[in-house]
Amino acid sequence: MATLSPRLLRGLVRGASLAACVLAWHWASTRHIDFGVASFRNVPSPQETLQAAARLLQSPKLGTHLSASIGRVFAGYAVAAALGIALGLLIGRSRLLAAALLPPLEVLRPIPAVAWIPLAILMFPSSELSMIFITFIGALFPILLNTIHGVEGIDARLVASARSLGGRGGAVFANVILPGAAPSIVTGLSIGMGTAWFCLVTAEMISGQFGIGYYTWSSYIVQDYPDIIVGMLAIGVFGMGSSLLVRQAGNALMPWYFIGRKTA
Amino acid sequence: MSHGAIDISGLHIRLGEGKAALDAVHGLSLAASPGEFLCVLGPSGCGKSTLLGALAGHLQPCAGKVLVDGQQVRGPHPERGLVFQQHTLFPWKSVLENVAFGLKVRGVPRSERRERALELLQLVGLEQHAASYPAQLSGGMQQRVEIARVLINDPRVLLMDEPFAALDAQTRLKMQQLLLDVWARIRTTVVFITHDIDEALFLADRILVMSERPGRIIEEIQLEFPRPRRAELVTTLDFVRLKRRCLELLHPQPAAPVLRYAT
Repeated sequence: MATLSPRLLRGLVRGASLAACVLAWHWASTRHIDFGVASFRNVPSPQETLQAAARLLQSPKLGTHLSASIGRVFAGYAVAAALGIALGLLIGRSRLLAAALLPPLEVLRPIPAVAWIPLAILMFPSSELSMIFITFIGALFPILLNTIHGVEGIDARLVASARSLGGRGGAVFANVILPGAAPSIVTGLSIGMGTAWFCLVTAEMISGQFGIGYYTWSSYIVQDYPDIIVGMLAIGVFGMGSSLLVRQAGNALMPWYFIGRKTA
Repeated sequence: MSHGAIDISGLHIRLGEGKAALDAVHGLSLAASPGEFLCVLGPSGCGKSTLLGALAGHLQPCAGKVLVDGQQVRGPHPERGLVFQQHTLFPWKSVLENVAFGLKVRGVPRSERRERALELLQLVGLEQHAASYPAQLSGGMQQRVEIARVLINDPRVLLMDEPFAALDAQTRLKMQQLLLDVWARIRTTVVFITHDIDEALFLADRILVMSERPGRIIEEIQLEFPRPRRAELVTTLDFVRLKRRCLELLHPQPAAPVLRYAT
């Protein structure tokens, strides 16, 4: 047997894992397996889903659905990133600000996006804005909490060193606090991107005629079951893809981080 | 060279808050003349680092004076360079950027600080590693970068908090030699904290021995070993005699085994 490089082996395992999941799905759905607690009787099979996906791909609606969703996710995400990082840096650096800002945030944090829907409808003049708000809520907390965590994790001796070397407020912030918290911030941004997509269906339940989340939800209403799965998978793929992009972009900005981990 | 005189008197520092507060240093006085190499030797937890923190300006005394060249220390300042035990280089900056940091925050133009940083890296023998990140260097090399990074500010005093304690014995000896060579060329006052008697005896003009907490100076040992000093010094009779004296001061009872935890 030819020896496989570990990299190739891992790639094969990844592929096999995905294939196994699809195979299990195929088996359970075509045989209409009933596990008692959960039943696959009404779950569309991979083939049906694939046909539905092909239909959607040829449909002119696809572009409108996609651009509507991507626009909402990115708008909510952008605001969440700006606010989450800024607040996180401030809270992480100042005990007084932490005392002032954290209690209300801690109360808001466990509230799921769905629970925000009524209020979002009442608060915002347009349904578009309320949908953006829901994705914003989803992305905000992972970004905020990871930023705080990153700032608090900075070795106090690094800050002391910077001060001893003549660094003052702004310089310490730019040269020590921000880069020191960067790995954690990137993690938060990457998770936040995932949760923004996660909240998309919730957001697009509010209204609208377009969007992948809307497409998924309306497919259920009109009992177009294969389309539900197409919508779900599309969200999964886009969520994963954009999370990955965020992580890669972050990593490209922190070459030092990997050197440190490799030799440590 | 008239810069770098240190005058500390009646220093009292409390650490912690409320019930957990303790006197780290109490009634400590010491003086150093410009260009002197002072080693402060003491058992762990005796307040050596606290003393250095006060000199650096990171800790505020609750009583007593800390004067450098007649000026009360009020906060950290690049004229009082501080070198820690390990891992205080900025991991996200290259070796060169780390060394140039002091000039960067002072607004020195890029080309000038690059030139100056390279000079200092040359001084510690690391000019080929200018583009590396700290994590790519060995522990000893990282400490050399630390020293270069502090020296770029032309400090009046160099404060070193057990800078070689985390290094293996071989590297530690090399680093002590290198520090003496550097100090011979850049004659700044050095306050060097250590719990290693050999290190203190090898490096210092004068050793100050500290008591258990709350720390104060209990003994002063003037060292007359000629410079430049070489490794053979540690086997001479005078060295061994002084070492025994230090051991008695640090371990008044029969010496208990000392455990050191690698971090």
